[in-house]
Amino acid sequence: MASVTTISSHLTSAFISTPEFCRLSQSLNCSQTQRRSTRKSIPGKISASVDLKPPPYELNALEPHMSKETLEYHWGKHHRGYVNNLNKQIEGTELDEMSLESIISASYNKGDILPAFNNAAQVWNHEFFWESMKPGGGGKPSGELLELINRDFGSFEGLIHEFKLAATTQFGSGWAWLAYKEHKLDIPNARNPRPSEQDKKLVVVKSPNAINPLVWEYHPLLTLDVWEHAYYLDFENRRTDYISTFLNKLVSWETVSSRLEAAKVLVAEREREMEEIDAIDDMDTMEPEDADMYFGSDADDFPEDEE
Amino acid sequence: MDMDLSFGLGNGPMVLVRPNYKKKHDLLKSTRITSTLIRIKPQSQRCIIVTTRTSKPHLGLVLEFYSIVFLFEVCLVDMSWSCSNYLCLSTSNTGSVISYNELTRLNSCKFACVSEGQRWKRQDLNRASNILAYSSLKPPSFKIDIGQRRKDHPLKKPRNISAYYSLKPPSYKFDALEPYMSQRTLEVHWGEHHRGYVETLNKYLAKDDILYGYTLDELIRVTYNNGNPLPEFNVAAQVWNHDFFWESMQPGGGNLPILGLLQQIEKDFGSFSNFREEFIESALTLFGSGWVWLVLKRNEKRLAIATTTNAVTPLVWDDIPLLSLDMWEHAYYLDYKNDKAWYANVFMDHLVSWNAALARMARAQAFVNLGEPKIPVA
Repeated sequence: MASVTTISSHLTSAFISTPEFCRLSQSLNCSQTQRRSTRKSIPGKISASVDLKPPPYELNALEPHMSKETLEYHWGKHHRGYVNNLNKQIEGTELDEMSLESIISASYNKGDILPAFNNAAQVWNHEFFWESMKPGGGGKPSGELLELINRDFGSFEGLIHEFKLAATTQFGSGWAWLAYKEHKLDIPNARNPRPSEQDKKLVVVKSPNAINPLVWEYHPLLTLDVWEHAYYLDFENRRTDYISTFLNKLVSWETVSSRLEAAKVLVAEREREMEEIDAIDDMDTMEPEDADMYFGSDADDFPEDEE
Repeated sequence: MDMDLSFGLGNGPMVLVRPNYKKKHDLLKSTRITSTLIRIKPQSQRCIIVTTRTSKPHLGLVLEFYSIVFLFEVCLVDMSWSCSNYLCLSTSNTGSVISYNELTRLNSCKFACVSEGQRWKRQDLNRASNILAYSSLKPPSFKIDIGQRRKDHPLKKPRNISAYYSLKPPSYKFDALEPYMSQRTLEVHWGEHHRGYVETLNKYLAKDDILYGYTLDELIRVTYNNGNPLPEFNVAAQVWNHDFFWESMQPGGGNLPILGLLQQIEKDFGSFSNFREEFIESALTLFGSGWVWLVLKRNEKRLAIATTTNAVTPLVWDDIPLLSLDMWEHAYYLDYKNDKAWYANVFMDHLVSWNAALARMARAQAFVNLGEPKIPVA
């Protein structure tokens, strides 16, 4: 089911046994019970089209901070439109069978975006956005998330300040993100020469139109939609008020924490893979088995050639 | 009203203003600018040409004094493709040019002739008239190159004057575009977004003098920096874009273009309905925030439809825009929510001002040779 959240699609066997998984799966199950399957099942046809996932709360649950009308239009028209257009675009093409994130990275095409990218990324972004909010949200984060925030931003207020700044200065349409970055080095594919826990950072980034941090291989944790359609009905042009309301009353820090844990798991897994690759690489530097080939061309050395 | 628009001075239209020397006291006391404007309109007397060459007119003095002159944004001497800032020119077939509410508001919250805490005294006003007289005598003798700074103006810039870009209201009342564009949309779009851009621009420009001396058009080109925009670009371009946009609409707009513009459209697009379809399709396929333009391309000497993102305008490619449609969501969300197609169609059917486009086209033809030149046979 393409609508399963990103977290679960990356579960590995090693992870399942850990206590983190149990907590995660519980939070997932809570959101799953409210999810309605919108795909009709046609026997024999495996259709991998993208679903329109409803937010994990009623449309009027975020009143008075985000009105029902906004959600009706934002989810019911904009988000739904993206889903429908995406399905039309990928039908019959090779993108049809892929998961949403693979569609995003494939159509991002390293910057030279294909037509499906905008719709696919917007679908993903909006799903992520609905889950980043909850009725009665706000407050402060806790636990490991708060530790990392204090480490990377100085204090919780520092994070708030940076996040507000990013969201306000995003000119035109776009998104503001809190993301988990793996290496301190900004170079992709670079192996961190001195890895340590300090290098994995939380960052605040902003992106235009439909771009999201997945294409930069960050792990997004929190997002805020600063397209005008997100706040125009409630706040008209007062974007700063909208941002403050989001941060004070709507954001769901629990979801952010769980995403952070999942991100850490992914990062740990990738490091293990890197180590394995390193081990194999070390092996390869040993002499090849047919090293004798290089020493001479005696017939004895090539028994198979006699036949 | 009899106006004299001089096209031939090499720098684009000038504005004619009649300074009513006798009535200056009334002007200062007057709060109802509209009535003053009408009174001042040249009924029987000649006009003088106000030719300033700086965007921050040291004639800020004059501007406070002659609130009409201020309204005409004296800074636009050259190449200003928006006929917006020339109130004489605006397509106001109706009698009332501007809503007087906005004018009074403008008068009080704009041009600050900052003279370091000085209050205006009589002698300053006299000085103003001298400057005015001086300027009117000097013909423009050079073409302004793009990006040329005009610091070498013979009149020295007095150190204690600074002036700013102003927020110009649309030439129709806010409810004049109902039901196609609601009053609330105009109030927010013009009053908050456009006004915010102007104020931000003024704040940027107040920081230092590097960008002194440019008109708005030039400022846009300079800050665009050939694709590597400076921070002031977005705001400056948005100020210009919105001015242009208000002018591109009129109450009772829509229908078909007339005369030469229709001919040119039919020549370049096949037919008007082709053009309309293409225009609306461009509006719908634009992703994110941006604008859709009808431009006259200088190099190709033909009309074309252009879409730009965020704040970019065809000015930066040296093309001449004739019409624009604001596809930022704030332009239509209150009225049409997410229905872009409806908005674009309504714009084409009921809002677009072909008069303005025609006027711009006429002006553009002074700079782009669209057809074969008519060489008289001797």
